[in-house]
Amino acid sequence: MPGFFDEMYTDGAGAVRPHYREFERWLADQSPETITRKRVEADVIFRRVGITFAVYGNHAGTERLIPFDIIPRIIPAVEWALMQKGLTQRVQALNMFIHDIYHEQHIIKAGVMPAEQVFRNAQYRPEMQGIAVTSDIYAHIAGVDIVRAGAGEFYVLEDNLRVPSGVSYMLENRKMMMRLFPALFARHKIAPVAHHPDLLLDMLRSVAPLGVDNPTVVLMTPGMYNSAYFEHAFLAQQMGIELVEGQDLFVSDNHVYMRTTRGPQRVDVIYRRIDDDYIDPLAFRSDSALGVPGLLSVYRAGRVMLANAIGTGVADDKSIYPFVPDIIRFYLSEEPILNNVPTYQCRKKDDLHYTLEHLSELVVKEVHGAGGYGMLVGPASTKAEIEEFRQRILARPEGYIAQPTLALSACPTYVESGIAPRHIDLRPFVLSGKTVTMVPGGLTRVALKEGSLVVNSSQGGGTKDTWILEQ
Amino acid sequence: MLSRTADHLFWMARYTERAENTARMLDVNIQTQLLPQSAQAAEQGWRALLGISELEPAFDDKYGITSRKDVLDFMVRDPDNPSSIASCLSHARENARAVRGTLTTEVWETQNTTWLEMTNLLRDGMAEHDPSAFFEWVKHRSHLSRGVTIGTMLKDEAFYFIRLGTFLERADNTARILDVKFHSAEGALLAGQEADFYHWASILRSVSAFETYRKAYRDVISPARVAELLILRGDMPRSLMACMSEVVSNLAHVRNDMSAETERYAGRLHAALRFNSMDDILRRGLHDYLTEFLEQVYELGNRVSRDFLLPLAA
Repeated sequence: MPGFFDEMYTDGAGAVRPHYREFERWLADQSPETITRKRVEADVIFRRVGITFAVYGNHAGTERLIPFDIIPRIIPAVEWALMQKGLTQRVQALNMFIHDIYHEQHIIKAGVMPAEQVFRNAQYRPEMQGIAVTSDIYAHIAGVDIVRAGAGEFYVLEDNLRVPSGVSYMLENRKMMMRLFPALFARHKIAPVAHHPDLLLDMLRSVAPLGVDNPTVVLMTPGMYNSAYFEHAFLAQQMGIELVEGQDLFVSDNHVYMRTTRGPQRVDVIYRRIDDDYIDPLAFRSDSALGVPGLLSVYRAGRVMLANAIGTGVADDKSIYPFVPDIIRFYLSEEPILNNVPTYQCRKKDDLHYTLEHLSELVVKEVHGAGGYGMLVGPASTKAEIEEFRQRILARPEGYIAQPTLALSACPTYVESGIAPRHIDLRPFVLSGKTVTMVPGGLTRVALKEGSLVVNSSQGGGTKDTWILEQ
Repeated sequence: MLSRTADHLFWMARYTERAENTARMLDVNIQTQLLPQSAQAAEQGWRALLGISELEPAFDDKYGITSRKDVLDFMVRDPDNPSSIASCLSHARENARAVRGTLTTEVWETQNTTWLEMTNLLRDGMAEHDPSAFFEWVKHRSHLSRGVTIGTMLKDEAFYFIRLGTFLERADNTARILDVKFHSAEGALLAGQEADFYHWASILRSVSAFETYRKAYRDVISPARVAELLILRGDMPRSLMACMSEVVSNLAHVRNDMSAETERYAGRLHAALRFNSMDDILRRGLHDYLTEFLEQVYELGNRVSRDFLLPLAA
């Protein structure tokens, strides 16, 4: 299997890597009928439980399953330990960066970060300037996308610091594997992940406004037609907190309340799964019917806390991404543990030139894009697609960055023709409150199309259970 | 609990109950149609059924003559008919989905499975090939939904709002079934004549009360007793009396600062059923009595909405 790192087999000889040996022995003992039956069973259960996501652009209420693959992605505990250290370091530095740019802006004064990169960024929120948030934490929940490339080294692809999703699939995939193949869990020492909602609730309570002893925490959703609604409902239930929509909340005497069957009840912490733009029609998009009028003013007065804070997008933007290693060095005086992918910023003349010369080799992304939309994967594109993209870049160079096409690692996966390697990534969920915590592992996404590097569920990606394995 | 959550729970239960009652009415009509009768009588039977749900205008807008096939199509699968079984079960599931975190896994999965299976059954044409088996399935899913609710839900507000929805809807549906079935036969009723056995048997069957009647009265079926059983008997689980008892006790469980007047209103309705005799009701006229009852149940539903489910700003 040349060209990419295979998670299960070593290159050339096809020997099984040590952490996959036990699994491989088990798999060899399973009859194809058993596997087929279990795969059908998984499908039926996911559908019955309603673990679905809504598809945009289709009729409201169209629901699809995210394909689930039963071959786990296994990571040795030693590798995870390093990753965890790197994630903690990175998210800590990013939180310090966000705090800094909304306060003294040392990093700009020191000349490490160009001022226009921050202030001309659409994700920079002047409303947050000088506003205090509990423990100076902004990105309470981060979903950092990590890939393995080249000879096996890890790279951070994106820091998702706004409303990262997917954690429910991490939890449900584990539940499903334990239900389908209990014997596997007896044969392996797999680090558990089911306590994630506990860590999350604990963190949310810890960032309540000063002086609130027993905070009321709620989860705010855009509603049941949002693509991640299942996850919102699931997390609210797991934490035992109310799942609210904008219409359930109102502002009165500089506090936020929810409408309940016994009258108004004060709300202290809002885990919001709704973008900045929609959260308060008085402050941001006035056409938003999803938000709560006046919420921002209560937030600015420190009477309610939002997780994540408003304005975190300025730190996970693709135009800021190339600076993250410097951000870590600046705030922590440490060398970054996790690699950044080399990035060409098309706003720079030289980088633009290089990008346009090498479009057929590069991945080009919109600076503000997300979800795998609006990107060009050079090696997988036709001449016409590349030319079309070239015009888009030329029209607005500052809107794009380019990266070498990473040979993402691949993991054996069930496909129509049997088992074949498919490219994967990993999204660990990093929680920041008084301390930084995370459950071992994260969500592994897999690009089911042969050769595809796009793992997003909106683009035909699937998921796998992720095992952090003590050996 | 969030008002919106309570609203979804309340309507989840109402739609589930409504689907069940629609299935009951349709099934009885199909059984009745098996008896020898004129084409005109058969058509009247279907018209009456549409009348129960106040759906005659909507039906006439869409279809020509009233045929069994069209009525079944309209009442079972028509997505434009908000009272069709398909619409009710979809609404019930959508409401459940909106508050799935408040429900136990079992309750949610029951609602979701009902909807998934319904989609399959309708696609496979079960409602056309074997309508009785389809209606039986709808009833079973409704029984299951109630059973799972009682068997797994914590007895807290969520539970009480679900139960409130179930019994308000059932009170409405039983009253409608009675009203339509008795309307044509009211003259006979007052005159004390024994109307057609099959007519009264069918109404009893539609509310699962045929055997109950025999047990309670150990006598031939008389219209006045049928009405009594379905209006005043507190031990008959689908009677107006039984429904109102449940409404009153569930309302008391969710009492808030605004709801005293609503409780009084429900209490008066309940008391009227307790202290009325069948003679009083018949003297007044069953149709008038039921019409007023339906209006009062409707008003009660509005008051519940206003006090708990959709409170205006703070």
